[in-house]
Amino acid sequence: MADPQASASSNHGAGEQVELENLRSGLSGEPPAISPRRGGAKSQLSASLVDAVVAGALAAALGFFFIGLRSDIAPGGLALTQRWGALVIAVAIVFVGRLLLNLFVYKRRRSAPPKARAPKATTSRGETYARFSKAIAPVLLLVALAFPFLMIWGAPQQSRQYIDLSILILTYVMLGWGLNIVVGLAGLLDLGYVAFYAVGAYSFALLAKYLGLGFWTCLPLAGILAACWGMILGFPVLRLRGDYLAIVTLAFGEIIRVILLNWSNFTGGPNGISGVPKPTLFGYEFKSGAGGVADLLGIHYSPIQRFIFLYYIILVLALLTNFVTLRLRRLPIGRAWEALREDEIACRSLGINTTNTKLTAFATGAMFGGFAGSFFATRQGFISPESFTFLESAIILAIVVLGGLGSQIGVVIASVVMIGGIELLRNLTFLKAIFGPDFDPTQYRMLIFGLAMVVIMVWKPRGLVSSRSPTAIYKRKTRIGADMVAQGEGH
Amino acid sequence: MSEAASEQPLLQVRGVQTYYGKICALRGVDVDVPRGKIVTLIGANGAGKSTLMMTICGSPKPREGRVIYNGEDITGLPTHEIMSRDIAQSPEGRRIFPRMTVLENLQMGAMASKQDTFDGDLRRIFDLFPRLKERQAQRGGTLSGGEQQMLAIGRALMSRPKLLLLDEPSLGLAPLIVKQIFNVIQELNRTDGLTVFLVEQNAFHALRLAHHAYVMVNGAITMQGTGKELLAREEVRAAYLEGGRH
Repeated sequence: MADPQASASSNHGAGEQVELENLRSGLSGEPPAISPRRGGAKSQLSASLVDAVVAGALAAALGFFFIGLRSDIAPGGLALTQRWGALVIAVAIVFVGRLLLNLFVYKRRRSAPPKARAPKATTSRGETYARFSKAIAPVLLLVALAFPFLMIWGAPQQSRQYIDLSILILTYVMLGWGLNIVVGLAGLLDLGYVAFYAVGAYSFALLAKYLGLGFWTCLPLAGILAACWGMILGFPVLRLRGDYLAIVTLAFGEIIRVILLNWSNFTGGPNGISGVPKPTLFGYEFKSGAGGVADLLGIHYSPIQRFIFLYYIILVLALLTNFVTLRLRRLPIGRAWEALREDEIACRSLGINTTNTKLTAFATGAMFGGFAGSFFATRQGFISPESFTFLESAIILAIVVLGGLGSQIGVVIASVVMIGGIELLRNLTFLKAIFGPDFDPTQYRMLIFGLAMVVIMVWKPRGLVSSRSPTAIYKRKTRIGADMVAQGEGH
Repeated sequence: MSEAASEQPLLQVRGVQTYYGKICALRGVDVDVPRGKIVTLIGANGAGKSTLMMTICGSPKPREGRVIYNGEDITGLPTHEIMSRDIAQSPEGRRIFPRMTVLENLQMGAMASKQDTFDGDLRRIFDLFPRLKERQAQRGGTLSGGEQQMLAIGRALMSRPKLLLLDEPSLGLAPLIVKQIFNVIQELNRTDGLTVFLVEQNAFHALRLAHHAYVMVNGAITMQGTGKELLAREEVRAAYLEGGRH
């Protein structure tokens, strides 16, 4: 007869069991110790050479077709160009690079004795971090509040561009914080978060188009509708976890987009919806002439006022998301989310209704996605299904994962780096001087994205900010250092 | 509570048959757990001990038979509803929340209880397991196996249960820690009158502790009696104890 525990676990779905095994293996056992390599410098050198030769040979084999041969469209078919010189250069770069790495980077790591990590040291480092983040939070908030005026004062020429960019970044911060509830806290990997963003945007656009409602009326409605869709998604995926859940949510995201694309009579199809109304300040529009906000305040109208207004709207919405998340973490429901991420079976054995817990996580996350969506619609004034592709989901998820699952400040840093970074690429005109006038840095943004992700995952596998502050303190406040978090556990 | 209700066992398992697909894991099991007693279930690997434990908790659900707690049929109820009825479980493999602190783990134990007795309960757990008090700010996953087991039991006790279900608390622990944990179980039973249903492989300790014991083989109860009786029986000694006494 089979081991009853194993069969019992398999009763809850194979994904869960795999995850449990990961969890167990992640928790048990020592980290693989790298034994210091003994032997003289000579054997080190020859070993490095052999390794570099192997790497060079691999590069030659791989590059034979990719670099060595090039096919061009020529009259009457394809013309094959041979580029052996380029191949030799590439192989040489790989060989030399590998050799240098072996000699100067890997060698040191190998010969360095494994450092014993004292848990006390990590705790004190965690405490320093906690104190630092506590001190920095109000400063960051003040900077965020004063940002538009700092921009106008500091860089009047580009202030509009920068404020617009910061609005975009803040939108992603908000989306990241919303998704953080689902992925970071409840541990439910959602690859279709953009669906709720789309639901929010289309809810507002359609309500405005057909019923003539304004932004402030539609904002809560969009949130509610997105939350409903969160529940609708939640029900069928209740039994799924991990990879299976990811696949279904991915499909859900695409379904929403395809429906929006094909239901032309109602949603406008690929043409989208234009003329989405702008937000008003207590009924007053941001426009020139009588009846506008500028007129009311007795100041000269400038289009930048509308940007500043939008900036504050998204700032308040994002801060609301953050505030609600931080409060919820300290409430039973938030703790249940975190416990659900850790161990679903244990949750059930403690009398937690995992169905409700998952649904509330989906609904809450979706609601903030909906808010952000309707903000997006009002900012753009025009929406189409093109804005809600899988790539958006991937970017939001990347922001959450790179920032550190469950970390609020990590999301901010990751958004600034990822969204601001892309925009920065556009301005790197000096690269054109190096690579020629045809060089467009933005073409490489996905490459840089991928590279950044690989680097961060190698360097900080649990995201930029991987410490988690406990929600309950009996006597003394401590943080859990990233070093004490075993890899491979959770998501 | 009526006289009849208080006389009947706190937990009754009646003719329970549980299947995993087509495989029959429990073939009509009857178990009684009287109030204020420690009842233990011993058996070899794969006998169905943990399955019985899980069946009582409502996952998986039995195909036949009934589980009655405190006179109420809880057979078809979802797990979380069963667990909010003064029943607490310390699951097999401990299953503490590894990234949450000891204190947060204990808080999770009190989630289902409706009374606001958290501080008192917490003090009681810290008195029972002083190690947990020392380590309260530490992440659950960084505790040793014994401490994790203490945490799992402490977490279960936070809901102020009348019935405590323990699934192999000695799993993978040093003999000294096992003894410590079993002492705590006994103390809880003596001082608080806590009813305990204990599933164990460590037959010697479990039988010495138990008021009543069952032996399970291949999904069916083959023997029962007081702990001492079973401890003395030749076939029990041969199958579960010889060479394993410590």
